[in-house]
Amino acid sequence: MSESTATRPVSPHLGIYRFTPTMAMSIVHRITGIALYFGMVLIAWWLVALATSRSWFETANWLLGSWFGLIVLIGFSWTVYHHMLGGIRHFIWDTGAGLGKQTSTLLSSLTLVGSLLLTAITWLVYFLWF
Amino acid sequence: MSEMRTTLKTVRGLGSAKDGTMHFWLVRISSVALVPLTLFAIGLVFSLIGKDYDAARAVVGQPLVAVLLILFVAISIEHMRLGIQETIVDYIHGELLKVSILMLNTAFSLVLGAVSVFALLKLAFGG
Repeated sequence: MSESTATRPVSPHLGIYRFTPTMAMSIVHRITGIALYFGMVLIAWWLVALATSRSWFETANWLLGSWFGLIVLIGFSWTVYHHMLGGIRHFIWDTGAGLGKQTSTLLSSLTLVGSLLLTAITWLVYFLWF
Repeated sequence: MSEMRTTLKTVRGLGSAKDGTMHFWLVRISSVALVPLTLFAIGLVFSLIGKDYDAARAVVGQPLVAVLLILFVAISIEHMRLGIQETIVDYIHGELLKVSILMLNTAFSLVLGAVSVFALLKLAFGG
């Protein structure tokens, strides 16, 4: 490489931009995606428990039914809903629609509102009917 | 110019790998499939609430449920592998570390997928 690399302008990082909902939801989409890596481990662990033995299955269910397990599951469900709605928002954007300043901000805000709403509905159904 | 090579020669081969579109497309295809499959999985979890070991095994071992769960797990893990691959190349710049972590991501995904699918097949075939 030549000596000109040192002075080459670099792309500015997140820190210099004004905070916007689209930016926040983009970051949250990535974080929820990474978190779901661990969610998948949880699913695999439960499936293995079910396929292995009664005692392992009962331990798994006891853990998931405890207050700690419920907090993890509530977080897991919100993460899934948020990442899913974020994906749907990206489908809309992929068609070229909804990229205007107002619409893109609205879609991003709806991702958060929608995910919280779906999580609330899911757990209301759980606590009221099960 | 300290080198004999031209500037063009030094940058050739350092451009894109020409297969980024496929990565993008696989992420999209898998996410389209994952919307209904995930909703199915959430519904299934609700149907399993309060079920004991034998009842839960019977539900998950049903052919249609097992097949849908295998698709859910396999497509989720592929989607996850692609997404984490993107994150790794975005944030890790040292070549050796980057390639090592990319390999770990692939290996971990394969192991997780194999274990989950094996568990589901075992349940479906009544092992």
